[in-house]
Amino acid sequence: MIKSTTSSLAPHRELPAPTASWHDRKGLVQIGLLAVLLLAPLAAYFLGHVYYVNLASRVTLIAMAAVGLNLAIGYGGMVSFGHAAYFGLGGYVAGISAYHAFDLTPVIAWPIAIPGSDSMLAIWLAAIVVCGLLALAIGAVSLRTTGVYFIMITLAFAQMVYYFANSWPTYGGEDGLPIYLRNSLPMVDTQDPLTFFLICFGGLLLSLALTSRIMKSRFGAALTMARLNETRLATAGIAPYPIRLVAFVISAMITGLAGALYADLNGFVSPTMLSWHMSGELMVIVILGGVGRLYGPLAGAILFVMMETLLGGLTEYWKLFLGLVLLGVVLFAKHGVMGWLAGREHP
Amino acid sequence: MTLFIEQLINGLQLGTMLFLMASGLTLIFGVMGLINLAHGSFYMVGAYATALVSAATGSFLIGLAAGITAAAAVGALVELIVIRRLYHRPHLDQVLATFALILIFSEGTRWLFGSSPLWLNAPAALSGSIALPGGSRYPIYRLVIIAVGIMVAVGMYILISRTRLGMRIRAGESDREMIGALGVNIARLYTLVFAMGAALAGLAGAMVGALQSVQVGMGQPVLILAFVVIVIGGIGSIKGALYGAILVGVVDTLGRVFLPLFFRQFMTSSEAAGVGSALAAMLIYILMALILAFKPKGLFAAHD
Amino acid sequence: MKKLASAGLGLLMTASMMTAAQAEEVKIGMITTLSGGGSHLGVDVRDGFMLAIERAGRDDIEVLVQDDGNRPDLARSLANEFMQRDEVDILTGIIFSNLAMAVVPAAVRQGTFYLSPNAGPSDLAGRMCHENYFNVAYQNDNLHGAMGAYMREQGFEKPIIMAPNYPAGTDALAGFKHLYEGEVVDEIYTQMGQTDYAAEIAQIRSSDADSLFFFLPGGMGISFMKQWQNSGVDMPVFGAAFSFDEIIIKAVGSAAIGAMNTSLWAYDLDNEANHAFVEAFRETYGRTPTLYAAQGYDTANLILSALEKAHPDDQDAFREALREADFDSVRGEFRFGPNHHPIQDIYVREVVEGDDGEPTNRLVGIAVEDIQDVYHTQCEM
Repeated sequence: MIKSTTSSLAPHRELPAPTASWHDRKGLVQIGLLAVLLLAPLAAYFLGHVYYVNLASRVTLIAMAAVGLNLAIGYGGMVSFGHAAYFGLGGYVAGISAYHAFDLTPVIAWPIAIPGSDSMLAIWLAAIVVCGLLALAIGAVSLRTTGVYFIMITLAFAQMVYYFANSWPTYGGEDGLPIYLRNSLPMVDTQDPLTFFLICFGGLLLSLALTSRIMKSRFGAALTMARLNETRLATAGIAPYPIRLVAFVISAMITGLAGALYADLNGFVSPTMLSWHMSGELMVIVILGGVGRLYGPLAGAILFVMMETLLGGLTEYWKLFLGLVLLGVVLFAKHGVMGWLAGREHP
Repeated sequence: MTLFIEQLINGLQLGTMLFLMASGLTLIFGVMGLINLAHGSFYMVGAYATALVSAATGSFLIGLAAGITAAAAVGALVELIVIRRLYHRPHLDQVLATFALILIFSEGTRWLFGSSPLWLNAPAALSGSIALPGGSRYPIYRLVIIAVGIMVAVGMYILISRTRLGMRIRAGESDREMIGALGVNIARLYTLVFAMGAALAGLAGAMVGALQSVQVGMGQPVLILAFVVIVIGGIGSIKGALYGAILVGVVDTLGRVFLPLFFRQFMTSSEAAGVGSALAAMLIYILMALILAFKPKGLFAAHD
Repeated sequence: MKKLASAGLGLLMTASMMTAAQAEEVKIGMITTLSGGGSHLGVDVRDGFMLAIERAGRDDIEVLVQDDGNRPDLARSLANEFMQRDEVDILTGIIFSNLAMAVVPAAVRQGTFYLSPNAGPSDLAGRMCHENYFNVAYQNDNLHGAMGAYMREQGFEKPIIMAPNYPAGTDALAGFKHLYEGEVVDEIYTQMGQTDYAAEIAQIRSSDADSLFFFLPGGMGISFMKQWQNSGVDMPVFGAAFSFDEIIIKAVGSAAIGAMNTSLWAYDLDNEANHAFVEAFRETYGRTPTLYAAQGYDTANLILSALEKAHPDDQDAFREALREADFDSVRGEFRFGPNHHPIQDIYVREVVEGDDGEPTNRLVGIAVEDIQDVYHTQCEM
């Protein structure tokens, strides 16, 4: 552990000698995590415990949102305290689209008429596009700042979206917007909890694969270099700003897609999805799992939702214990759950 | 016109309240480079201690002293147990750890003192209002808050520019390694500064608590505003915190009052009130984004 | 022959008792706000509810309680947990309208009964009403509308009205105006969670209003009232009980004295059920109950009265039993309208200095008799 006295955002890592057994252990843990997440709800479904299937969907989607955030925080070194904006916006895209499809009114009547839709495919595409555009605007301004300023300006933008949603009456304001019937996919019954879980699980796998693919590409190498040593990147003739901006936008798109699915899972979207507590929770999950670890968000989400569910059943003061656990993780398990399960990772 | 001036004073007053909170936050960041989300918890500790002690003794002043002491003591304790492990950590870890502290403080307070809000009123001598020129009246207690805010600003200026402690703080802001080399006990300095920041938050909580609901979670809305203030002003700069606080206070107050009036020119009264207040809620965040877009390190950047 | 008959009867009785005992197991899931802002409401609903269950002395009723932390998505997840894992027969407990909107429509559609001990959003009373949804508290507009009617009757001609800018706030002002029927001087919308009201107070002072009506629930109301007292504005203040429950006025202190507020219940309401409730509540929890505790208590007693007649498994019979509302409400007469929302009297209370020097509510009279929400016409059940 190299101690740094500056307030650098780069996670501190050392270079362990990669051995075969170390790789095996990491691979086993990753496969293990996915297997647990896939098999537990399958078993629950066939034993008739639908509740656990929905709980697994919740874990999956929160993990997916955190995978998006991890791309910004862990790989890009951009500590966004405002990813709830994309999570919530994705949710609102699903909610608003379904609302207009139900009412048979257009979402936008002018300059071009965009009808509502209850097709998940259309909603996903819209969520990705809308969140990407918002992130492009926010990122373009925010990425001019660094460090704490970046943390706070992303928070400020998210608060703007939050207050807007809270006081805009058309889509329910603070009351939120219900989705009466889960949006549909061709040839599949999305109402079925297991089917819906498998859709979410597919989304998580895709986002993991995408992140992995990005980080193995030249673009990923440039992003890593922008985080670790901006000057060296500049000497190679690559400007860090556009690299970061693209990564930020992709990160928001993943989180936004997770938000659209989350709204469908709950049958409901409300400004709570946009609040700074939500941003904080997503950050907590990323850190809990291990910053910049591909499967970290998954481990973090499993642990977080389990704590929330178990502690909440035990005591009304459960948040106190949640706080103590989180504090313990930051102080004593510096590399998160993945660091503990699978050993440290070189950059 | 009188109304406009009165609202301007209201904005100033809100600004001084925010300054009390923001000055401690920016001091801690300036000296130790620490993001402290739990600063609102010290605000709550100050208000709770003041409420409990003044209810028991019947004296607001004793309560106020207790509130400041309690916040400082809790601050020192938190620094010794948790915060000092975080100075060399990335901001991300600091955010998470202090986020956890919020949960611990909020729920711990609820466990100890229950869910009901507590009673805390301004002392009788300071309640009531005085006449303003132009026929309007202004509450005495709010003028007292403005006075306390100015005293704190002046006090901090003297402390930082004229005293030995201030010299060390300035040294710490510009070069953290150097003050160690100069033989200053950094660990003790950091504990002291952190406790001082907490005491300022406690003072804010105690003073403002007499005008507000003393309840669990009362520190959170003001914490977010205080962050906006110090980011606008330039993190680590006391001067920036002062200007930022007044700017935010005035813009927020005037926006809340005059945006609905503005929209009334194009729409019905109900609609204008709704739209205007929605926009007013976003106004300070828009202000912050605008300032950072042009001055990425705030108005009075102290250092990186 | 006689002997045989009685033996047969005995056998029959044992058999029927056994089936009754098996069927009588009832599970109730309570999702309520026990942590964070607004938690004293949830605590009182829970305590009132549990008091009624305990007083009934029935150990065949299991009540599961979970904290929603005032978060809609968590409330939704808890509802699923209760319905799908614990297979509860009845859900109840939600405090805030936005959480109710997240939970109730899906829950009742899945065949679970939901009884609201507090929140009463207009959609659930109107176009989204459901046969399995019962509101035992009030429709959100009730108290505000009643105050509008009362203020008109008292001869106030120029009220200024204020609420936070969110759905319950705009509904509150609309509800007020609906029964006030006259012109209001101005409408002021504040921010959610706002803590400083200097600007609004200056605005009120500079208007030519003769009275103030406001809806600022929880901590917002406490902050406002404290600052209002200091401002020296001399204007009568009116509100709904949400800003003047026993816990809130104790925190406000002398600043609350003289304020008038509408409530569906008062602790000094003179009826037998209420005497017993207030006494038992004070004895058990050591404090005076709020209206939320009364609503929780009534909700539990309504469930108990219906359980006397049918088990929730027999949905139609149980629903019919709930509809009859055959229980002694602490607020006097209580009956349901066609949309399963109460038709009830709304009372006016004044905050006065109690015997111990602390502020407390005193019953003044009835604001509106048999108030019914306007949304029932939109309800097709």
